[in-house]
Amino acid sequence: MKKQIKTPYLLLLPSLLGTSVFVLAPFLDVIRRSFFQAVGGGFVGLSNYRQVLENEAFQQALFHTLQFLFTCLPLLLLLSFLLAVLVYHLPFARPLFEAAFLFPMAIPVASVVVFWRLTFHNEGLLNKALSFLGFTGQDWMNTPAAFWVLIFSYIWKNLGYDMILWIAGLSQIPKEQYEAAAVSGAGPLRCFFFITLPQMKGSMAMIGVLSFVNAFRVFREAYLIAGDYPHNSIYMLQHLFNNWFTKLDIQKMTAAAVMLALVISLLLLGLELWTEKQEDV
Amino acid sequence: MKAICKIFPYLFRKPKKGFFRLLPCLPLSLLASLMIFPVLMMIANSFMDTQELLEAYGRILGDKGSEIVPRLLPRYPTLRPYVELLLDSPDFFVMFWNSCRQVFPILLGQLLLGMPAAWAFARYEFPGRRPLFLVYTILMVMPFQVTMVSSYLVLNRLSLMDTHMAIWLPGIFSTFPVFIMEKFFRAIPESLMEAARVDGANALQLFWYMGIPLGAPGVMSSLLLNFLEYWNAMEAPMTFLKTKALLPLSLYLPEITTDQVSVSFAASVVMMLPAVLGFLWGQDYLQQGIVASGLKE
Repeated sequence: MKKQIKTPYLLLLPSLLGTSVFVLAPFLDVIRRSFFQAVGGGFVGLSNYRQVLENEAFQQALFHTLQFLFTCLPLLLLLSFLLAVLVYHLPFARPLFEAAFLFPMAIPVASVVVFWRLTFHNEGLLNKALSFLGFTGQDWMNTPAAFWVLIFSYIWKNLGYDMILWIAGLSQIPKEQYEAAAVSGAGPLRCFFFITLPQMKGSMAMIGVLSFVNAFRVFREAYLIAGDYPHNSIYMLQHLFNNWFTKLDIQKMTAAAVMLALVISLLLLGLELWTEKQEDV
Repeated sequence: MKAICKIFPYLFRKPKKGFFRLLPCLPLSLLASLMIFPVLMMIANSFMDTQELLEAYGRILGDKGSEIVPRLLPRYPTLRPYVELLLDSPDFFVMFWNSCRQVFPILLGQLLLGMPAAWAFARYEFPGRRPLFLVYTILMVMPFQVTMVSSYLVLNRLSLMDTHMAIWLPGIFSTFPVFIMEKFFRAIPESLMEAARVDGANALQLFWYMGIPLGAPGVMSSLLLNFLEYWNAMEAPMTFLKTKALLPLSLYLPEITTDQVSVSFAASVVMMLPAVLGFLWGQDYLQQGIVASGLKE
Protein backbone atom coordinates (compact mmCIF):
# COMPACT_ATOMS: atom_id res chain seq x y z
CA MET A 1 0.00 0.00 0.00
CA LYS A 2 2.82 2.36 0.83
CA LYS A 3 4.39 1.67 -2.54
CA GLN A 4 1.11 2.60 -4.21
CA ILE A 5 1.30 6.09 -2.75
CA LYS A 6 4.91 6.57 -3.74
CA THR A 7 4.61 5.54 -7.39
CA PRO A 8 2.68 8.54 -8.73
CA TYR A 9 5.04 10.98 -7.03
CA LEU A 10 8.04 9.20 -8.53
CA LEU A 11 6.49 9.31 -11.99
CA LEU A 12 5.63 12.96 -11.56
CA LEU A 13 8.95 13.96 -10.06
CA PRO A 14 11.07 14.77 -13.17
CA SER A 15 8.38 16.87 -14.77
CA LEU A 16 7.43 18.59 -11.53
CA LEU A 17 11.04 19.31 -10.66
CA GLY A 18 11.76 20.87 -14.05
CA THR A 19 8.57 22.88 -14.02
CA SER A 20 9.28 24.14 -10.53
CA VAL A 21 12.85 25.14 -11.25
CA PHE A 22 12.27 26.68 -14.66
CA VAL A 23 8.74 28.01 -14.46
CA LEU A 24 7.20 28.19 -11.00
CA ALA A 25 10.13 29.37 -8.88
CA PRO A 26 11.22 32.04 -11.40
CA PHE A 27 7.65 33.26 -11.55
CA LEU A 28 7.47 33.57 -7.76
CA ASP A 29 10.70 35.54 -8.04
CA VAL A 30 9.02 37.76 -10.62
CA ILE A 31 6.13 38.37 -8.24
CA ARG A 32 8.62 39.35 -5.53
CA ARG A 33 10.56 41.61 -7.87
CA SER A 34 7.40 43.35 -8.99
CA PHE A 35 7.25 44.97 -5.53
CA PHE A 36 10.90 46.05 -5.54
CA GLN A 37 13.10 48.48 -7.38
CA ALA A 38 15.14 46.81 -10.14
CA VAL A 39 18.22 48.83 -9.31
CA GLY A 40 19.00 49.19 -5.61
CA GLY A 41 16.35 46.69 -4.61
CA GLY A 42 14.32 48.84 -2.24
CA PHE A 43 10.74 47.85 -1.49
CA VAL A 44 8.43 50.09 -3.45
CA GLY A 45 5.03 48.54 -2.80
CA LEU A 46 2.65 48.94 -5.68
CA SER A 47 4.58 51.72 -7.39
CA ASN A 48 5.75 49.46 -10.26
CA TYR A 49 2.14 48.56 -10.93
CA ARG A 50 1.15 52.19 -10.84
CA GLN A 51 3.93 53.01 -13.28
CA VAL A 52 2.72 50.38 -15.72
CA LEU A 53 -0.91 51.38 -15.44
CA GLU A 54 -0.11 55.06 -15.88
CA ASN A 55 2.26 54.40 -18.78
CA GLU A 56 0.73 55.83 -21.92
CA ALA A 57 2.16 53.18 -24.22
CA PHE A 58 0.66 50.53 -21.93
CA GLN A 59 -2.76 52.13 -21.98
CA GLN A 60 -2.73 52.34 -25.74
CA ALA A 61 -1.44 48.80 -26.19
CA LEU A 62 -4.03 47.50 -23.73
CA PHE A 63 -6.76 49.36 -25.56
CA HIS A 64 -5.71 47.90 -28.91
CA THR A 65 -5.42 44.42 -27.44
CA LEU A 66 -8.91 44.63 -25.93
CA GLN A 67 -10.25 46.06 -29.16
CA PHE A 68 -8.70 43.15 -31.01
CA LEU A 69 -10.04 40.57 -28.55
CA PHE A 70 -13.56 41.98 -28.49
CA THR A 71 -13.70 42.04 -32.26
CA CYS A 72 -12.06 38.78 -33.20
CA LEU A 73 -13.35 36.49 -30.45
CA PRO A 74 -17.09 36.94 -31.14
CA LEU A 75 -16.42 36.78 -34.87
CA LEU A 76 -14.32 33.66 -34.61
CA LEU A 77 -16.67 31.88 -32.20
CA LEU A 78 -19.74 32.61 -34.29
CA LEU A 79 -18.12 31.75 -37.59
CA SER A 80 -16.52 28.54 -36.38
CA PHE A 81 -19.77 27.46 -34.73
CA LEU A 82 -21.82 27.99 -37.89
CA LEU A 83 -19.17 26.13 -39.81
CA ALA A 84 -19.15 23.28 -37.32
CA VAL A 85 -22.95 22.89 -37.50
CA LEU A 86 -22.89 22.85 -41.30
CA VAL A 87 -19.96 20.46 -41.56
CA TYR A 88 -21.24 18.19 -38.78
CA HIS A 89 -24.54 17.59 -40.56
CA LEU A 90 -23.04 17.05 -43.99
CA PRO A 91 -24.14 13.71 -45.40
CA PHE A 92 -20.70 13.09 -46.92
CA ALA A 93 -17.22 14.56 -47.45
CA ARG A 94 -17.01 15.66 -43.83
CA PRO A 95 -13.34 14.65 -43.38
CA LEU A 96 -12.45 16.56 -46.54
CA PHE A 97 -13.93 19.81 -45.24
CA GLU A 98 -12.45 19.29 -41.80
CA ALA A 99 -9.04 18.88 -43.39
CA ALA A 100 -9.43 21.98 -45.54
CA PHE A 101 -10.46 24.21 -42.65
CA LEU A 102 -7.82 22.82 -40.34
CA PHE A 103 -5.07 23.15 -42.91
CA PRO A 104 -4.01 26.76 -42.13
CA MET A 105 -3.31 25.76 -38.55
CA ALA A 106 -0.42 23.59 -39.73
CA ILE A 107 1.14 26.27 -41.93
CA PRO A 108 4.04 28.13 -40.28
CA VAL A 109 3.34 31.85 -40.22
CA ALA A 110 6.70 32.72 -41.73
CA SER A 111 6.07 30.64 -44.83
CA VAL A 112 2.98 32.55 -45.91
CA VAL A 113 4.32 36.00 -45.10
CA VAL A 114 5.26 36.53 -48.74
CA PHE A 115 1.68 35.88 -49.68
CA TRP A 116 0.28 38.33 -47.09
CA ARG A 117 2.76 40.96 -48.22
CA LEU A 118 1.75 40.53 -51.84
CA THR A 119 -1.91 40.60 -50.91
CA PHE A 120 -2.05 43.57 -48.57
CA HIS A 121 0.57 45.83 -50.14
CA ASN A 122 -0.67 49.19 -51.31
CA GLU A 123 -0.29 48.00 -54.89
CA GLY A 124 -0.92 44.37 -54.02
CA LEU A 125 -3.31 41.63 -55.04
CA LEU A 126 -6.24 42.71 -52.90
CA ASN A 127 -6.25 46.27 -54.16
CA LYS A 128 -5.84 44.97 -57.70
CA ALA A 129 -8.87 42.77 -57.27
CA LEU A 130 -10.84 45.58 -55.66
CA SER A 131 -10.09 48.05 -58.41
CA PHE A 132 -10.99 45.40 -60.97
CA LEU A 133 -14.39 45.19 -59.29
CA GLY A 134 -14.68 48.95 -59.29
CA PHE A 135 -13.81 49.70 -55.65
CA THR A 136 -10.96 51.81 -54.39
CA GLY A 137 -8.50 49.93 -52.23
CA GLN A 138 -6.35 51.30 -49.48
CA ASP A 139 -2.92 50.91 -48.02
CA TRP A 140 -3.87 48.00 -45.78
CA MET A 141 -0.78 47.77 -43.63
CA ASN A 142 -0.18 51.46 -42.95
CA THR A 143 -3.67 52.61 -42.07
CA PRO A 144 -6.15 51.49 -39.41
CA ALA A 145 -7.08 48.77 -41.92
CA ALA A 146 -4.06 46.86 -40.57
CA PHE A 147 -6.33 45.93 -37.68
CA TRP A 148 -8.64 44.04 -40.02
CA VAL A 149 -5.77 42.36 -41.79
CA LEU A 150 -4.72 40.98 -38.43
CA ILE A 151 -8.25 39.88 -37.58
CA PHE A 152 -8.44 38.15 -40.92
CA SER A 153 -5.18 36.26 -40.56
CA TYR A 154 -6.07 35.25 -36.99
CA ILE A 155 -9.42 33.85 -38.09
CA TRP A 156 -7.82 32.15 -41.08
CA LYS A 157 -5.47 30.30 -38.78
CA ASN A 158 -7.86 29.46 -35.92
CA LEU A 159 -11.14 28.74 -37.67
CA GLY A 160 -10.44 25.03 -38.10
CA TYR A 161 -9.18 24.53 -34.56
CA ASP A 162 -12.33 26.04 -33.07
CA MET A 163 -14.51 24.19 -35.53
CA ILE A 164 -13.06 20.84 -34.43
CA LEU A 165 -13.73 21.74 -30.77
CA TRP A 166 -17.34 22.69 -31.58
CA ILE A 167 -17.84 19.47 -33.54
CA ALA A 168 -16.59 17.52 -30.52
CA GLY A 169 -19.23 19.32 -28.45
CA LEU A 170 -21.94 18.71 -31.02
CA SER A 171 -21.19 15.01 -31.22
CA GLN A 172 -21.85 14.67 -27.49
CA ILE A 173 -25.52 15.48 -27.92
CA PRO A 174 -27.33 12.13 -28.06
CA LYS A 175 -28.80 11.38 -31.50
CA GLU A 176 -32.01 10.17 -29.82
CA GLN A 177 -32.91 13.73 -28.91
CA TYR A 178 -32.97 14.71 -32.58
CA GLU A 179 -34.87 11.58 -33.53
CA ALA A 180 -37.48 12.21 -30.86
CA ALA A 181 -37.83 15.81 -31.99
CA ALA A 182 -38.17 14.74 -35.61
CA VAL A 183 -40.92 12.29 -34.69
CA SER A 184 -42.88 15.08 -33.04
CA GLY A 185 -42.50 17.14 -36.22
CA ALA A 186 -39.65 19.53 -35.45
CA GLY A 187 -37.62 20.76 -38.41
CA PRO A 188 -33.89 21.33 -38.44
CA LEU A 189 -34.01 24.95 -37.30
CA ARG A 190 -36.25 24.16 -34.37
CA CYS A 191 -33.95 21.31 -33.40
CA PHE A 192 -31.05 23.71 -33.65
CA PHE A 193 -32.57 26.35 -31.37
CA PHE A 194 -34.12 24.03 -28.78
CA ILE A 195 -31.73 21.06 -28.69
CA THR A 196 -28.34 22.11 -30.02
CA LEU A 197 -27.90 25.66 -28.74
CA PRO A 198 -28.83 25.10 -25.07
CA GLN A 199 -26.32 22.24 -24.81
CA MET A 200 -23.47 24.25 -26.29
CA LYS A 201 -23.03 26.59 -23.32
CA GLY A 202 -20.18 24.57 -21.81
CA SER A 203 -18.36 24.22 -25.11
CA MET A 204 -18.78 27.91 -25.73
CA ALA A 205 -17.15 28.93 -22.44
CA MET A 206 -14.27 26.51 -22.97
CA ILE A 207 -13.67 27.45 -26.61
CA GLY A 208 -13.91 31.11 -25.67
CA VAL A 209 -11.14 30.77 -23.09
CA LEU A 210 -8.90 28.77 -25.45
CA SER A 211 -9.42 31.25 -28.28
CA PHE A 212 -8.64 34.10 -25.92
CA VAL A 213 -5.38 32.47 -24.98
CA ASN A 214 -4.52 31.63 -28.59
CA ALA A 215 -5.19 35.22 -29.58
CA PHE A 216 -1.88 36.21 -27.99
CA ARG A 217 -0.11 34.29 -30.73
CA VAL A 218 -1.36 36.72 -33.35
CA PHE A 219 1.81 38.61 -32.50
CA ARG A 220 3.61 36.34 -34.93
CA GLU A 221 1.60 37.54 -37.88
CA ALA A 222 1.74 41.13 -36.71
CA TYR A 223 5.48 40.99 -36.23
CA LEU A 224 6.30 39.26 -39.49
CA ILE A 225 4.06 41.43 -41.61
CA ALA A 226 4.67 44.74 -39.91
CA GLY A 227 7.79 44.50 -37.71
CA ASP A 228 8.62 45.89 -34.26
CA TYR A 229 6.67 49.09 -34.58
CA PRO A 230 3.64 48.39 -36.75
CA HIS A 231 0.80 50.77 -37.50
CA ASN A 232 -0.58 52.17 -34.27
CA SER A 233 -3.87 50.31 -34.57
CA ILE A 234 -2.15 46.93 -34.15
CA TYR A 235 0.45 47.97 -31.59
CA MET A 236 -0.57 45.54 -28.85
CA LEU A 237 0.54 44.34 -25.45
CA GLN A 238 2.79 41.75 -27.08
CA HIS A 239 4.71 44.47 -28.93
CA LEU A 240 5.01 46.48 -25.75
CA PHE A 241 6.35 43.49 -23.79
CA ASN A 242 8.83 42.92 -26.56
CA ASN A 243 10.02 46.49 -26.65
CA TRP A 244 10.29 46.64 -22.87
CA PHE A 245 12.36 43.50 -23.07
CA THR A 246 14.75 45.03 -25.59
CA LYS A 247 15.21 47.92 -23.19
CA LEU A 248 15.48 45.43 -20.31
CA ASP A 249 12.88 47.37 -18.38
CA ILE A 250 12.58 44.53 -15.85
CA GLN A 251 10.60 46.58 -13.37
CA LYS A 252 7.71 47.28 -15.69
CA MET A 253 7.84 43.80 -17.22
CA THR A 254 7.52 42.01 -13.90
CA ALA A 255 4.51 44.04 -12.82
CA ALA A 256 2.85 43.65 -16.21
CA ALA A 257 3.54 39.90 -16.32
CA VAL A 258 1.99 39.43 -12.87
CA MET A 259 -1.12 41.34 -13.87
CA LEU A 260 -1.50 39.39 -17.11
CA ALA A 261 -1.02 36.09 -15.27
CA LEU A 262 -3.61 37.13 -12.71
CA VAL A 263 -6.23 37.97 -15.33
CA ILE A 264 -5.72 34.69 -17.15
CA SER A 265 -5.70 32.58 -13.97
CA LEU A 266 -8.92 34.20 -12.78
CA LEU A 267 -10.51 33.57 -16.14
CA LEU A 268 -9.52 29.90 -16.02
CA LEU A 269 -10.61 29.44 -12.41
CA GLY A 270 -13.91 31.12 -13.26
CA LEU A 271 -14.40 28.67 -16.09
CA GLU A 272 -13.53 25.74 -13.83
CA LEU A 273 -15.99 26.80 -11.12
CA TRP A 274 -18.71 27.54 -13.65
CA THR A 275 -18.28 24.15 -15.33
CA GLU A 276 -18.52 22.40 -11.97
CA LYS A 277 -21.71 24.27 -11.12
CA GLN A 278 -23.23 23.38 -14.50
CA GLU A 279 -22.46 19.73 -13.88
CA ASP A 280 -24.09 19.79 -10.46
CA VAL A 281 -27.36 21.12 -11.81
CA MET B 1 -37.89 32.38 -31.04
CA LYS B 2 -41.51 31.22 -31.12
CA ALA B 3 -42.31 34.27 -33.24
CA ILE B 4 -39.72 33.27 -35.79
CA CYS B 5 -41.20 29.79 -35.92
CA LYS B 6 -44.59 31.29 -36.72
CA ILE B 7 -43.39 33.73 -39.35
CA PHE B 8 -41.28 31.25 -41.26
CA PRO B 9 -43.00 27.93 -40.72
CA TYR B 10 -41.46 26.45 -43.86
CA LEU B 11 -38.02 26.82 -42.33
CA PHE B 12 -38.94 24.39 -39.63
CA ARG B 13 -40.28 21.57 -41.65
CA LYS B 14 -38.14 18.57 -42.29
CA PRO B 15 -36.16 19.29 -45.47
CA LYS B 16 -36.71 17.27 -48.56
CA LYS B 17 -34.06 14.66 -48.99
CA GLY B 18 -31.15 15.37 -51.27
CA PHE B 19 -31.09 18.88 -52.55
CA PHE B 20 -31.47 20.79 -49.31
CA ARG B 21 -28.96 18.68 -47.50
CA LEU B 22 -26.44 19.42 -50.20
CA LEU B 23 -27.11 23.15 -50.15
CA PRO B 24 -24.42 23.96 -47.52
CA CYS B 25 -21.80 22.34 -49.73
CA LEU B 26 -21.58 25.34 -52.01
CA PRO B 27 -20.63 28.04 -49.47
CA LEU B 28 -18.52 25.51 -47.60
CA SER B 29 -16.55 24.65 -50.71
CA LEU B 30 -16.00 28.33 -51.47
CA LEU B 31 -14.77 29.01 -47.97
CA ALA B 32 -12.59 25.89 -47.98
CA SER B 33 -10.93 27.01 -51.19
CA LEU B 34 -10.25 30.39 -49.63
CA MET B 35 -8.56 28.62 -46.72
CA ILE B 36 -6.13 26.64 -48.84
CA PHE B 37 -5.70 29.21 -51.61
CA PRO B 38 -2.67 31.01 -50.15
CA VAL B 39 -0.74 27.77 -49.86
CA LEU B 40 -1.70 26.54 -53.32
CA MET B 41 -0.66 29.84 -54.82
CA MET B 42 2.67 29.79 -53.01
CA ILE B 43 3.36 26.30 -54.31
CA ALA B 44 2.38 27.14 -57.87
CA ASN B 45 4.43 30.33 -57.90
CA SER B 46 7.47 28.58 -56.49
CA PHE B 47 8.06 27.15 -59.98
CA MET B 48 8.50 30.58 -61.59
CA ASP B 49 11.93 31.56 -62.86
CA THR B 50 13.52 34.79 -61.68
CA GLN B 51 12.60 36.74 -64.79
CA GLU B 52 8.92 35.91 -64.54
CA LEU B 53 8.89 36.42 -60.77
CA LEU B 54 10.29 39.93 -61.11
CA GLU B 55 7.86 40.71 -63.89
CA ALA B 56 4.96 39.54 -61.79
CA TYR B 57 5.80 40.79 -58.29
CA GLY B 58 8.99 42.86 -58.70
CA ARG B 59 7.13 46.02 -57.74
CA ILE B 60 6.52 44.71 -54.23
CA LEU B 61 9.24 42.17 -53.60
CA GLY B 62 12.17 43.87 -55.30
CA ASP B 63 11.20 47.50 -55.89
CA LYS B 64 11.44 46.96 -59.62
CA GLY B 65 8.81 47.18 -62.33
CA SER B 66 5.80 49.40 -62.42
CA GLU B 67 2.89 47.22 -61.47
CA ILE B 68 2.30 43.73 -60.22
CA VAL B 69 0.86 41.19 -62.64
CA PRO B 70 -0.59 38.45 -60.47
CA ARG B 71 -0.42 35.04 -61.96
CA LEU B 72 -1.81 31.80 -60.64
CA LEU B 73 0.36 29.45 -62.64
CA PRO B 74 3.83 30.09 -63.99
CA ARG B 75 4.09 30.39 -67.76
CA TYR B 76 7.21 28.25 -67.98
CA PRO B 77 7.35 26.06 -64.88
CA THR B 78 10.90 25.40 -63.81
CA LEU B 79 12.72 23.87 -60.87
CA ARG B 80 15.39 26.55 -61.04
CA PRO B 81 14.36 28.34 -57.81
CA TYR B 82 14.78 25.08 -55.93
CA VAL B 83 18.15 24.44 -57.53
CA GLU B 84 19.25 27.95 -56.63
CA LEU B 85 18.01 27.44 -53.09
CA LEU B 86 19.94 24.19 -52.91
CA LEU B 87 23.19 25.52 -54.33
CA ASP B 88 23.34 29.24 -53.62
CA SER B 89 21.72 29.66 -50.24
CA PRO B 90 23.94 28.13 -47.56
CA ASP B 91 22.24 30.36 -44.98
CA PHE B 92 18.94 28.71 -45.67
CA PHE B 93 20.31 25.33 -44.73
CA VAL B 94 21.96 26.57 -41.58
CA MET B 95 18.60 27.97 -40.46
CA PHE B 96 16.71 24.86 -41.52
CA TRP B 97 19.12 22.78 -39.47
CA ASN B 98 18.74 25.21 -36.55
CA SER B 99 15.00 24.72 -36.65
CA CYS B 100 15.45 20.95 -36.55
CA ARG B 101 17.96 21.18 -33.73
CA GLN B 102 15.59 23.33 -31.73
CA VAL B 103 12.42 21.34 -32.33
CA PHE B 104 13.35 17.68 -32.01
CA PRO B 105 15.18 17.73 -28.65
CA ILE B 106 12.15 19.56 -27.22
CA LEU B 107 9.82 16.84 -28.51
CA LEU B 108 12.04 14.11 -27.09
CA GLY B 109 12.30 15.81 -23.71
CA GLN B 110 8.56 16.36 -23.61
CA LEU B 111 7.99 12.65 -24.13
CA LEU B 112 10.51 11.53 -21.52
CA LEU B 113 9.16 13.83 -18.83
CA GLY B 114 5.58 14.18 -19.98
CA MET B 115 4.54 10.57 -20.40
CA PRO B 116 5.24 9.46 -16.80
CA ALA B 117 3.72 12.65 -15.43
CA ALA B 118 0.60 12.26 -17.54
CA TRP B 119 0.35 8.62 -16.45
CA ALA B 120 0.57 9.62 -12.80
CA PHE B 121 -2.18 12.22 -13.17
CA ALA B 122 -4.40 9.89 -15.18
CA ARG B 123 -4.21 6.61 -13.26
CA TYR B 124 -3.46 7.45 -9.63
CA GLU B 125 -5.39 9.15 -6.88
CA PHE B 126 -2.91 10.88 -4.59
CA PRO B 127 -2.97 13.80 -2.20
CA GLY B 128 -2.34 16.98 -4.15
CA ARG B 129 -3.43 15.58 -7.50
CA ARG B 130 -6.20 18.11 -8.16
CA PRO B 131 -4.34 21.29 -7.18
CA LEU B 132 -1.23 20.15 -9.04
CA PHE B 133 -3.20 19.41 -12.16
CA LEU B 134 -4.85 22.80 -11.90
CA VAL B 135 -1.41 24.41 -11.76
CA TYR B 136 -0.39 22.45 -14.85
CA THR B 137 -3.54 23.56 -16.65
CA ILE B 138 -2.98 27.21 -15.75
CA LEU B 139 0.64 27.01 -16.90
CA MET B 140 -0.53 25.44 -20.13
CA VAL B 141 -2.72 28.38 -21.08
CA MET B 142 -0.26 31.13 -20.10
CA PRO B 143 0.84 33.05 -23.19
CA PHE B 144 4.53 33.50 -23.81
CA GLN B 145 4.45 37.11 -22.63
CA VAL B 146 3.70 36.02 -19.06
CA THR B 147 6.65 33.65 -18.70
CA MET B 148 9.00 35.76 -20.80
CA VAL B 149 10.60 37.68 -17.90
CA SER B 150 10.81 34.73 -15.55
CA SER B 151 12.37 32.51 -18.21
CA TYR B 152 14.81 35.27 -19.05
CA LEU B 153 15.83 35.71 -15.42
CA VAL B 154 16.51 32.03 -14.93
CA LEU B 155 18.27 31.52 -18.28
CA ASN B 156 20.38 34.58 -17.65
CA ARG B 157 21.41 33.37 -14.21
CA LEU B 158 22.49 30.02 -15.68
CA SER B 159 24.25 31.88 -18.55
CA LEU B 160 22.19 29.96 -21.06
CA MET B 161 20.96 32.97 -23.00
CA ASP B 162 21.77 32.82 -26.69
CA THR B 163 22.26 29.04 -26.76
CA HIS B 164 20.01 26.26 -28.01
CA MET B 165 19.40 25.37 -24.37
CA ALA B 166 17.48 28.63 -23.97
CA ILE B 167 14.93 27.31 -26.45
CA TRP B 168 14.96 23.70 -25.25
CA LEU B 169 14.43 24.14 -21.53
CA PRO B 170 11.22 26.21 -21.53
CA GLY B 171 9.90 23.98 -24.32
CA ILE B 172 10.65 20.70 -22.56
CA PHE B 173 8.98 21.86 -19.35
CA SER B 174 5.86 23.03 -21.11
CA THR B 175 2.85 21.40 -19.42
CA PHE B 176 0.82 21.17 -22.62
CA PRO B 177 1.95 17.63 -23.58
CA VAL B 178 1.14 16.39 -20.07
CA PHE B 179 -2.36 17.81 -20.36
CA ILE B 180 -2.96 16.20 -23.76
CA MET B 181 -1.57 12.77 -22.89
CA GLU B 182 -3.39 12.68 -19.56
CA LYS B 183 -6.71 12.70 -21.41
CA PHE B 184 -5.73 9.71 -23.52
CA PHE B 185 -4.24 7.72 -20.63
CA ARG B 186 -7.39 8.37 -18.61
CA ALA B 187 -9.54 6.92 -21.37
CA ILE B 188 -7.94 3.48 -21.07
CA PRO B 189 -10.52 1.26 -19.36
CA GLU B 190 -9.69 0.35 -15.77
CA SER B 191 -10.78 -3.26 -16.39
CA LEU B 192 -7.75 -3.78 -18.66
CA MET B 193 -5.46 -2.49 -15.93
CA GLU B 194 -7.15 -4.73 -13.40
CA ALA B 195 -6.68 -7.77 -15.64
CA ALA B 196 -3.00 -7.03 -16.05
CA ARG B 197 -2.62 -6.50 -12.32
CA VAL B 198 -4.22 -9.86 -11.60
CA ASP B 199 -1.66 -11.38 -13.94
CA GLY B 200 1.01 -9.93 -11.69
CA ALA B 201 2.11 -6.82 -13.58
CA ASN B 202 3.74 -4.18 -11.41
CA ALA B 203 3.26 -0.43 -11.72
CA LEU B 204 6.14 0.05 -14.13
CA GLN B 205 5.06 -2.83 -16.33
CA LEU B 206 1.51 -1.46 -16.44
CA PHE B 207 2.82 1.87 -17.67
CA TRP B 208 5.24 0.36 -20.17
CA TYR B 209 3.24 -2.54 -21.61
CA MET B 210 -0.29 -1.18 -21.32
CA GLY B 211 -0.18 2.58 -20.95
CA ILE B 212 2.21 3.53 -23.71
CA PRO B 213 0.83 1.20 -26.42
CA LEU B 214 -2.81 1.96 -25.59
CA GLY B 215 -2.15 5.65 -25.17
CA ALA B 216 -0.06 5.86 -28.34
CA PRO B 217 -2.60 8.05 -30.18
CA GLY B 218 -2.28 10.56 -27.36
CA VAL B 219 1.50 10.51 -27.62
CA MET B 220 1.25 11.03 -31.39
CA SER B 221 -1.23 13.88 -30.94
CA SER B 222 1.02 15.60 -28.48
CA LEU B 223 4.05 15.13 -30.74
CA LEU B 224 2.27 16.50 -33.77
CA LEU B 225 0.69 19.51 -32.04
CA ASN B 226 3.99 20.42 -30.45
CA PHE B 227 5.92 19.89 -33.65
CA LEU B 228 3.64 22.36 -35.42
CA GLU B 229 3.94 24.77 -32.51
CA TYR B 230 7.73 24.75 -32.27
CA TRP B 231 8.41 24.56 -35.99
CA ASN B 232 6.48 27.83 -36.09
CA ALA B 233 8.08 29.23 -32.91
CA MET B 234 9.00 32.89 -33.01
CA GLU B 235 8.59 34.51 -29.64
CA ALA B 236 11.13 32.40 -27.75
CA PRO B 237 13.94 32.47 -30.36
CA MET B 238 13.35 36.16 -30.86
CA THR B 239 13.70 36.84 -27.16
CA PHE B 240 16.35 34.37 -26.05
CA LEU B 241 18.66 34.25 -29.09
CA LYS B 242 20.87 37.04 -30.35
CA THR B 243 23.43 35.37 -32.59
CA LYS B 244 22.13 35.30 -36.11
CA ALA B 245 23.70 31.91 -36.79
CA LEU B 246 21.41 30.32 -34.18
CA LEU B 247 18.09 31.67 -35.47
CA PRO B 248 15.49 29.19 -36.68
CA LEU B 249 13.95 29.34 -40.11
CA SER B 250 10.78 30.96 -38.81
CA LEU B 251 12.68 34.15 -38.02
CA TYR B 252 15.14 34.06 -40.86
CA LEU B 253 12.79 33.29 -43.71
CA PRO B 254 11.36 36.81 -44.02
CA GLU B 255 14.92 38.07 -44.47
CA ILE B 256 15.71 35.54 -47.19
CA THR B 257 12.53 36.37 -49.02
CA THR B 258 13.42 40.07 -49.15
CA ASP B 259 17.12 39.63 -49.97
CA GLN B 260 16.79 36.89 -52.52
CA VAL B 261 13.56 37.42 -54.36
CA SER B 262 14.24 34.60 -56.79
CA VAL B 263 13.95 31.92 -54.09
CA SER B 264 11.34 33.57 -51.89
CA PHE B 265 8.53 31.23 -52.86
CA ALA B 266 10.69 28.12 -53.01
CA ALA B 267 12.17 28.79 -49.56
CA SER B 268 8.70 29.31 -48.11
CA VAL B 269 7.47 26.07 -49.62
CA VAL B 270 10.43 24.11 -48.27
CA MET B 271 9.75 25.53 -44.82
CA MET B 272 6.09 24.56 -44.83
CA LEU B 273 6.80 21.13 -46.29
CA PRO B 274 7.53 19.27 -43.00
CA ALA B 275 4.47 20.84 -41.41
CA VAL B 276 2.23 20.00 -44.35
CA LEU B 277 3.51 16.42 -44.50
CA GLY B 278 2.99 16.05 -40.76
CA PHE B 279 -0.53 17.40 -41.16
CA LEU B 280 -1.41 15.08 -44.05
CA TRP B 281 0.08 12.07 -42.31
CA GLY B 282 -1.44 12.72 -38.91
CA GLN B 283 -4.66 14.63 -39.47
CA ASP B 284 -6.56 12.17 -37.29
CA TYR B 285 -4.10 12.54 -34.43
CA LEU B 286 -4.21 16.28 -34.86
CA GLN B 287 -7.98 16.34 -34.53
CA GLN B 288 -7.93 14.04 -31.50
CA GLY B 289 -5.28 16.25 -29.97
CA ILE B 290 -7.33 19.38 -30.51
CA VAL B 291 -10.33 17.76 -28.89
CA ALA B 292 -8.13 16.73 -25.98
CA SER B 293 -6.84 20.28 -25.63
CA GLY B 294 -10.41 21.24 -24.75
CA LEU B 295 -10.36 22.16 -21.09
CA LYS B 296 -13.16 19.90 -19.91
CA GLU B 297 -12.24 16.77 -17.99
